[in-house]
Amino acid sequence: MATASQTALAVDFPILGQEGLVYLDSAATSQKPRVVLDALEDFLAHHNANVHRGVYPLAIDADTRFSAGRAQIAAFVGAEPAETIITKNATEAINLVRYSWGPGNVGAGDAIVLTEAEHHSNIVPWQQLCSQVGAELRWLEVDDEGMISLDQLDEFLADGRVKMVAVTHCSNVLGTINPVEEIVARARAAGAASLIDGSQAAPHMPVNVNAIGADFYVWTGHKAYGPTGIGLLHGRRELLEAMPPFLTGGDMIKTVSFDETTFNELPFKFEAGTPPIAEVVALGAAVEFITELGIERVRAHEEAITAYALASLKAVPGITIQGPSLAEQRGGLVSFTLDCAHPHDVAEILGRDQVCVRAGHHCTQPLMKKLGVGATTRASFAVHTSTDDIDALVGSLGRVIDIFGDR
Amino acid sequence: MDDALYREEILEHYKRPHNFGPMETPDRESFDTNPLCGDELRVMLKVDDNDVVEEVRFEGHGCAISQASASMISDEIKGMKLDDLARLDRSAVLDLLGIDISATRMKCALLSLKVLKSAAIGTLADWEPDTVDAARPAGGAQL
Repeated sequence: MATASQTALAVDFPILGQEGLVYLDSAATSQKPRVVLDALEDFLAHHNANVHRGVYPLAIDADTRFSAGRAQIAAFVGAEPAETIITKNATEAINLVRYSWGPGNVGAGDAIVLTEAEHHSNIVPWQQLCSQVGAELRWLEVDDEGMISLDQLDEFLADGRVKMVAVTHCSNVLGTINPVEEIVARARAAGAASLIDGSQAAPHMPVNVNAIGADFYVWTGHKAYGPTGIGLLHGRRELLEAMPPFLTGGDMIKTVSFDETTFNELPFKFEAGTPPIAEVVALGAAVEFITELGIERVRAHEEAITAYALASLKAVPGITIQGPSLAEQRGGLVSFTLDCAHPHDVAEILGRDQVCVRAGHHCTQPLMKKLGVGATTRASFAVHTSTDDIDALVGSLGRVIDIFGDR
Repeated sequence: MDDALYREEILEHYKRPHNFGPMETPDRESFDTNPLCGDELRVMLKVDDNDVVEEVRFEGHGCAISQASASMISDEIKGMKLDDLARLDRSAVLDLLGIDISATRMKCALLSLKVLKSAAIGTLADWEPDTVDAARPAGGAQL
């Protein structure tokens, strides 16, 4: 039964050994399992050298491990290593597409389609591109259940002016899992490119970038049990090869003369400067960690936790829960507001019980405006979340109501 | 664990804020937001011929700390000259609140002071020192 109590998956996260810590903020950043910490330390303690240039054994060792890390990361989402570009985060990955692909493919009078539920990182780059080239944004509305309408997408695509459809795979506020395969297929049929922001999806549900078929798919390492400082851009080879470089400098070149430069092959053409080497190795260990647990099992666990959370939170007096009613339509997070208290006050009081949740606009100010709230409180889940954590959250919300309840 | 942050007086101001609501034809007006949490605050002043605050109203939404601080300081500035209002520092609000404010909540506490000073000087005032980076550790220590 979906709402039965459920223990965490059998995992070892050193930070969760802290007495009383209830970590419900994995959508902001994940905690790190021991195997990832070990991989990071092992690389830096025993295998560290710069990549792509050394000929001594230690450098070759580092090179091999870096390539193996990229291959693991690519395989995790069904991508080719050559089509897997390492950036510093998902935001930079989207900006790479905006700057490198954008100006040559979006012009005056063209349009870009976004959903109202996008993170600022998937809004601002496109707004900037539009104002640079004289294009317009078209916003797919989210309904009361947090869902977008494919009919509205068809309407937007009908005049043939849309050049890019950029959509989150899983909303970081509503939790909604968007039908990305259908969105991508419709965009392609209308001659538009597509970009999917998978930051909230890749660590939590099966993702195969080939099956989704998007031209670009981005996600980030630190939300996927890996370190900060690494993001991923998976792109279709034909597009990546046709695009000019984004950042330029070392590593991304083939030859440099006093007069001109020729660029390196994929994926290195888009990776100027020393990459995050240890981080790639550690993220390789992180996706291995998820793969060993089984991504289907991870999804089943987090869906069950989400169902339990939805059922438990629904009973809290004066609560409004955002997003789909059904856990199966959601990623592992729930945003809510209480009638009696501002989300910041909620999070502050929860924090005193060591219940770690996020409060604010979640980098989605347009969505907040649409929902008619200034902010929400968000609890988000991971492989280590148990129904005991949800019980602690609900218990602590009771304290909030005790303090603020008679407003 | 105590709930000093939410002591009764602060909750009282939050639930029943003083000087809250619109003002017709204010002499001075300013609006600003707290980017951290999306709090919004507008203050409106009526001043006499000597630039003394006769009346103050504020509108907006925000957490208990930001709303209570706006309510408390609005009582204090009636009868104050705009020049003196513009010279207030953070202690004016923090002393009224009378509780420890963590670094991440400092902007919540000081938004009302910022907007009031903005209204007084007629242009957007800076945040008080040490509130620029909300993530800075408590006590003003540098990262």
